[in-house]
Amino acid sequence: MNYLSKISRRSFVIGSAAAGGGLAIGFDLPFGPKSAQASASEPELGVWVVVKPDDSVIIRIARSEMGQGTITGLAQLVAEELECDWSKVSTEYPTPGQNVARKRAWGSYSTGGSRGIRESHEYVRQGGAAARMMLIQAAANEWKIPVEQCSAANSIITGPDGRKTTFGKVTEAASKLPVPDKPKLKDPKDWKIAGKPLKRLDTADKVTGKQIYGSDLKLPGMLNAAIKECPVFGGKVKSFDAARVAGMKGVKKVVQVGNTGVAVVADTWWHAKTALDALPIVWDEGPNAKVSSSSIADTLKQGLDAEQGFVGNKSGDAKAAIASAAKKVEAVYSYPYQNHAPMEPMNATARYTADKCEVWVPTQDGEASFAAVLAASGLPADKCEVYKINLGGGFGRRGAFQDYVHQAVLIAKEMPGTPIKLLWSREEDMVQGRYHPVMQCKLVGAFDKDNNLTGMHMRLSGQSILAAVRPAIVEQQKGRDPLAFQGVFESGEHAFGYTIPNLLIDHAMHNPHVPPGFWRGVNINQNCIFMECFMDELAHAAGQDALEFRRKFLGKHPKNLAVLNAVAEKIGWDKPAPKGIYRGLAHMKAFAAYVAAAAEISVTDGNKIKVHRIVAATDPIYAVNPAQIDRQVAGSFVYGLSALFLQECTVKDGRIVETNFDTYDSMRIAQMPKVESIIMPSGGTDPWGGVGEPTICVAAPAVLNAYFNATGKRIRSIPLKNHGITMV
Amino acid sequence: MANLTINGKAFDLDVEPDTPLLWAIRENAGLTGTKYGCGIAQCGACTVHIDGVAIRSCGVPVSEAVGKQITTIEGLASANGALHKVQQAWIANDVPQCGYCQTGMIMAVAALLKDKPKPTDADIDTAITNICRCGTFQQVREAIHQAATA
Repeated sequence: MNYLSKISRRSFVIGSAAAGGGLAIGFDLPFGPKSAQASASEPELGVWVVVKPDDSVIIRIARSEMGQGTITGLAQLVAEELECDWSKVSTEYPTPGQNVARKRAWGSYSTGGSRGIRESHEYVRQGGAAARMMLIQAAANEWKIPVEQCSAANSIITGPDGRKTTFGKVTEAASKLPVPDKPKLKDPKDWKIAGKPLKRLDTADKVTGKQIYGSDLKLPGMLNAAIKECPVFGGKVKSFDAARVAGMKGVKKVVQVGNTGVAVVADTWWHAKTALDALPIVWDEGPNAKVSSSSIADTLKQGLDAEQGFVGNKSGDAKAAIASAAKKVEAVYSYPYQNHAPMEPMNATARYTADKCEVWVPTQDGEASFAAVLAASGLPADKCEVYKINLGGGFGRRGAFQDYVHQAVLIAKEMPGTPIKLLWSREEDMVQGRYHPVMQCKLVGAFDKDNNLTGMHMRLSGQSILAAVRPAIVEQQKGRDPLAFQGVFESGEHAFGYTIPNLLIDHAMHNPHVPPGFWRGVNINQNCIFMECFMDELAHAAGQDALEFRRKFLGKHPKNLAVLNAVAEKIGWDKPAPKGIYRGLAHMKAFAAYVAAAAEISVTDGNKIKVHRIVAATDPIYAVNPAQIDRQVAGSFVYGLSALFLQECTVKDGRIVETNFDTYDSMRIAQMPKVESIIMPSGGTDPWGGVGEPTICVAAPAVLNAYFNATGKRIRSIPLKNHGITMV
Repeated sequence: MANLTINGKAFDLDVEPDTPLLWAIRENAGLTGTKYGCGIAQCGACTVHIDGVAIRSCGVPVSEAVGKQITTIEGLASANGALHKVQQAWIANDVPQCGYCQTGMIMAVAALLKDKPKPTDADIDTAITNICRCGTFQQVREAIHQAATA
């Protein structure tokens, strides 16, 4: 298998470049002195680039490809500085074990929070520039002329008298030169490869079936495992009757996995699953077996009026402004649990012996997977390795959470030497999620007698992701989860976009037993609905146009204003909509990008919504590949509108009720609106913004605001299917 | 045991007759381009052709496929290796994101174009009901129209 042979022949010299680092990674990894042998046939030019004598270029990618196009974008950035021939570029993943052995030479592997490109663009470009300088230096040395007289373009180095050589001819010599530290980078206005709408590097195998996903992996002697964890979170295994299935076809072993799961190992996965379904398991459901969606909602409701909350944004005295208001507007919103449901269910393949534990896994964070292998195997870092495989979707489920890796290693430990591929059923995937958290929100706006907005209180009540996943951050913040305020926060990459006099945004934290997780967009999904629908409510109460009303509070936020103006202009906000068409707006700053949407819908019978068109603007500060950004924008709306219309994970008897796509539906092509994206990078020195997530949040409030304009009805709880509203 | 004809080749597979065709294709015939997404014929990731008709193979027992021509994504290209026009249009339009659902999507579209060589948007909406969580639908629609004119 191509993938495996690539891994086994890859080897490395000791790296000198230290890239990235410094980010809280949420787990401890030992950084050992281990190193591997240099490979004479593959000259390494710093840690990011290998140029082979045949001129082919391999660019190393630390982040994970899950469909968002990050390997293409990152390779464009490296290739831009390298001055190589783009047609000769391919990519590879250095393994997490190699990163640890080389003192994190490739920096963070975490691929979430829309940070793949925005947080590594500088050091990967420096990696490309350093490699170019080494190649040019090697040519200058060979020609015995000053390096300043040589230049590189398109993988060719040219000397002063027009003499030429290729990268491939000097790469061996270049690889023996020192790696330049912090080379100067190009001005983005001179980019020729980066910034262009290039085709993805990884498409061909995806249309022929050759692309190997984790669930497709085959290893010699491999067996397959299916698993069930206690469906009530916090419960555990009481007993199971392995003898009942031991004789079923293909079954090799029935194993308990930790305290909470049971797995069947068989020759094929179908045999494993069939036996697992027939296996009698008794669960100790623990203390949460009576929890339901309504009991959770009742708890959250109490937080809406609690005296105190953790403060995420404050100016002036909102409560006093509300107390003395000539007119008050009040609304309560809510957002449900939702599952990531990537098309490829969770999986990992593990091979364990006392000397070595190897895991093959589609992961958004190879280092988090590596940490899970260490913990589950009990082996030291130099006896563990993780091989990353492209993901069949991630959306946040495969990053911070490595439960399936842990399980796969525990099962493999029961059968040393035998590779075990653990694959979850869709049903397991649905009931063992790390769910988009539940949140309720009460908003109160205050007007004076002249209809000027004088204050606003936004009270969030609900679940904290960080309290469950990164408790150290919450502790450091004296109990506050700063991430709960994404899009409405006091400062930073999720700063609130409006300047409102007398503002209070606070959070009453309640953490039900259902485990929360980072779900594409994370907390901007609900916060943008709450804030941008309420801004519409305020505009309506003041008798003002929704765009004009927003503009009043955007004077100090020119980039927010620019994206909002861009969608308004393109959709023709200042002109009447076509007959039967209704419009809505929304905007936000998220993941350091500025995004806005304007939606056009029609409504039939009061409850059938057709979303015809969404104009979307995004300012990610710099745009590395506009064609892929365009696809991320349109794709984010499919994820976001599926969530708005169709998706809720309800809780009954402590467990999730919806177990497959029949009850947890997802948009189809017939429901897809025409998406027109406006990519408007503003450049300059602001931190680069993300792409994969920010726009997801603006589709839902734009549609909800349009629905109000069509029907006069405000919908304040998600999903719309609970209101009898369908998407046509 | 079951004798299946997949991509024109005979396979003698050690499977029970009630095994879903999907798993016989993936695990016994070793053709992993056909994907598991839901197991209840909702998502379409497992779409193959049986006698030229697009079928969700997770819902078909092996016994029903015996004696029929099964085509998987691995068999969609011509014998000489030339990609099917749908595959070509997919590459030209950079359709796939994660790609996991795309083999099933392509098989569904290939069957549609056989029935309706110039499908309207309404034809596409009716025939193509596969789930794509990355949300590639806008490119899927463009690529279908491009393939129809190829």
